[in-house]
Amino acid sequence: MDLTDTPQEAEFRARLREWLAKALPSLPDRPSPDDWPGRRAYDLGWQRTLYDAGYGEVHWGAEPAVRMIFLEETEKAGAPYVGANFVGLLHAGPTIAAEGTEEQKARWLPPVLRGEEVWCQGFSEPDAGSDLAALRTRARRDGDDYVVSGSKIWTSHAEVADWCELLVRTDPDAPKHRGITWLAMPMDAPGITVRPLRTLAGSNEFAEVFLDEVRVPVANRVGAENDGWRVTMVTLSFERGTAFVGEVVACRRVLGELALAARENGRWDDPVLRRRLGRLNAEFRALWRLTQWNVSDSVPGVGGSVFKLRYSHARQELYEAAAEVLGDPAALDLEQPWVLDRLSSLSYTIAAGTSQIQHNIVAERVLGLPKGR
Amino acid sequence: MRFQLTEDQRALRTGVRELLTARFGRERLRAAMADAPALDRDLWRELGDAGFFALRLPEAAGGVGLGLPEAVLAFEEAGRVLLPGPLIATQLAAGTVPGAATGETVVTDVDTGGTVEWLAAADVVRGDAEGAVSVRSVDPLTPLHRVPVQDSGAAVDVPLKSLLTAAEQLGTGARVVELAVEHARTREQFGRPIGAFQAVQQLCAGMLVRVEVARAVVYAAAVTGDPADIAAARLLADEAAVHGARDCLQVHGGMGFTWESDVHLYLKRAWVRARRPGSVTECEELLAAGLLAEAG
Ligand SMILES: Cc1cc2nc3c(=O)[nH]c(=O)nc-3n(C[C@H](O)[C@H](O)[C@H](O)COP(=O)(O)OP(=O)(O)OC[C@H]3O[C@@H](n4cnc5c(N)ncnc54)[C@H](O)[C@@H]3O)c2cc1C
Repeated sequence: MDLTDTPQEAEFRARLREWLAKALPSLPDRPSPDDWPGRRAYDLGWQRTLYDAGYGEVHWGAEPAVRMIFLEETEKAGAPYVGANFVGLLHAGPTIAAEGTEEQKARWLPPVLRGEEVWCQGFSEPDAGSDLAALRTRARRDGDDYVVSGSKIWTSHAEVADWCELLVRTDPDAPKHRGITWLAMPMDAPGITVRPLRTLAGSNEFAEVFLDEVRVPVANRVGAENDGWRVTMVTLSFERGTAFVGEVVACRRVLGELALAARENGRWDDPVLRRRLGRLNAEFRALWRLTQWNVSDSVPGVGGSVFKLRYSHARQELYEAAAEVLGDPAALDLEQPWVLDRLSSLSYTIAAGTSQIQHNIVAERVLGLPKGR
Repeated sequence: MRFQLTEDQRALRTGVRELLTARFGRERLRAAMADAPALDRDLWRELGDAGFFALRLPEAAGGVGLGLPEAVLAFEEAGRVLLPGPLIATQLAAGTVPGAATGETVVTDVDTGGTVEWLAAADVVRGDAEGAVSVRSVDPLTPLHRVPVQDSGAAVDVPLKSLLTAAEQLGTGARVVELAVEHARTREQFGRPIGAFQAVQQLCAGMLVRVEVARAVVYAAAVTGDPADIAAARLLADEAAVHGARDCLQVHGGMGFTWESDVHLYLKRAWVRARRPGSVTECEELLAAGLLAEAG
């Protein structure tokens, strides 16, 4: 059990720190959360900067330990996170890298790495959420195209995406997991309507996407026809991997800020609140160690659901504690720090597989309990 | 960074597990309940022969010469099988108290007083046990005495003991998940194994999550020796063991409420360990103060 950097890791970390110290001051100002074109430009610009400095591929090319150092150091330095590039860098990109043909990789991967194209994820549907395999969006073959009709929902970043990794049903008669196909759909194709949905935090993070006879070339299919479920599982295993490293670092920083704020406003003298913050310190230390443990594990996957369950809960507890630190009426004032974060933390036990579904996964796939009902 | 067990650490864990399974199986566990408050001295010497107490003693001093991570792995195994006795005090006394390393001498510590484990059975008592009164221990496998509370200056190696306690709790937490899962797979109601019911699955999955999160921080604390890591390890491991044993009891239904089942033994031991020095309040306060110190 070794928690220290190898010489190569230490060198990578030192070089990265040095570069961040030089690169970050010249970054443009962060756009407002409602300015989608601005956010797109900002996120792509940051990815381009990383690419030019040789860090473009760190999310899927590098060793997990190196990726972890990258996420840790960039977060500590206050650098932007992947933002609108999330799906391109962490979902669609790795899927194409693992399952795509040489031509597909050459077409789609470089623009993601160079910060030129944004991807979104069109998996969930109104009637297919936790039961993703129940999806009904239809794709019928017509010559060299699939003709796609149906609707997707909760599609993050759909408004500014160039591409959508889309799950469609190609064989309605097969058992539900066996009739699904993975397609890359250009978002400017005729027949696509994007209707933004407002989140409870007031922002337009995600959208409904209506598909009416949209033509997607067969050449845009990744993996075989009707093999999309397996291709998707590859994607989901990335989703539950190292994606949260930066966030755990950020949560630990927020926790420190909460302690300082509580000392400032006198609430630190309340032993109940103080101990609650102490316990959160234990929680996030443990989550940090669990990340290091999972990253060091040669077989990824199993640790992911355990981590996601605990982390999503801990993040919500963190912002509940923040509300206690703020007190009244600050805790109810959207202008105050952490109040919006408290709202957005509510999505963590829902997005990317709800906590209930994660418990099912742990019970059935890790503990080997009989399939539930 | 390679934060996983090394080959040697895996081998050590397997070795300790095999030794304990062979020499302290279920029959020995139930027999030990009849023996208490006496300690099985043969078993104690066998542990000594196997190097359990001399694990961290330098080779030059006749020990095994291993480190804290290895000690944590060994105590985790002890916690899995509910190995009785003042194991931690005796291991920490190896090299200082003659005979402790070999298992000839059983050592217990008074530390800050309050509760002392295995006072009557110990050959050497470190600290002042004046005025000790026997308590009817909730745990049939841990005799307890009440001793007047003393100045914290009297305590020996509290963080280290807290970490090894966390390791024992981790072992107990991991074992009770296994017991719950075994039962949930085999016990049938409504025509199917109870483990097919989601409510039961969620209990078991929750237990596993607590254990695996605790494991990461217990092992990390063994590597860093950092007091904040140790406090975090203790908090999470106590929770994994105590909450886990209660959930395990629930999964066992009426069977879990019997003396005959072992489940209560895990819960009771977890309760005893959870009250050792380095309590919840102390750990939480230490971690809270750490936040201010780190954030500047
Ligand atoms: C902020 C955010 C961003 C998202 N971004 C995307 C995106 O970009 N692309 C995309 O495709 N999707 C996205 N999603 C969708 C997300 O994956 C789904 O919301 C999620 O999988 C749950 O599906 P659902 O909303 O239909 O809820 P439902 O499946 O209807 O669940 C409702 C409740 O029932 C429970 N439940 C359902 N089935 C079971 C079961 N078998 N056992 C026990 N309990 C059960 C759930 O746990 C939940 O509590 C996003 C969601 C959020 C909140």
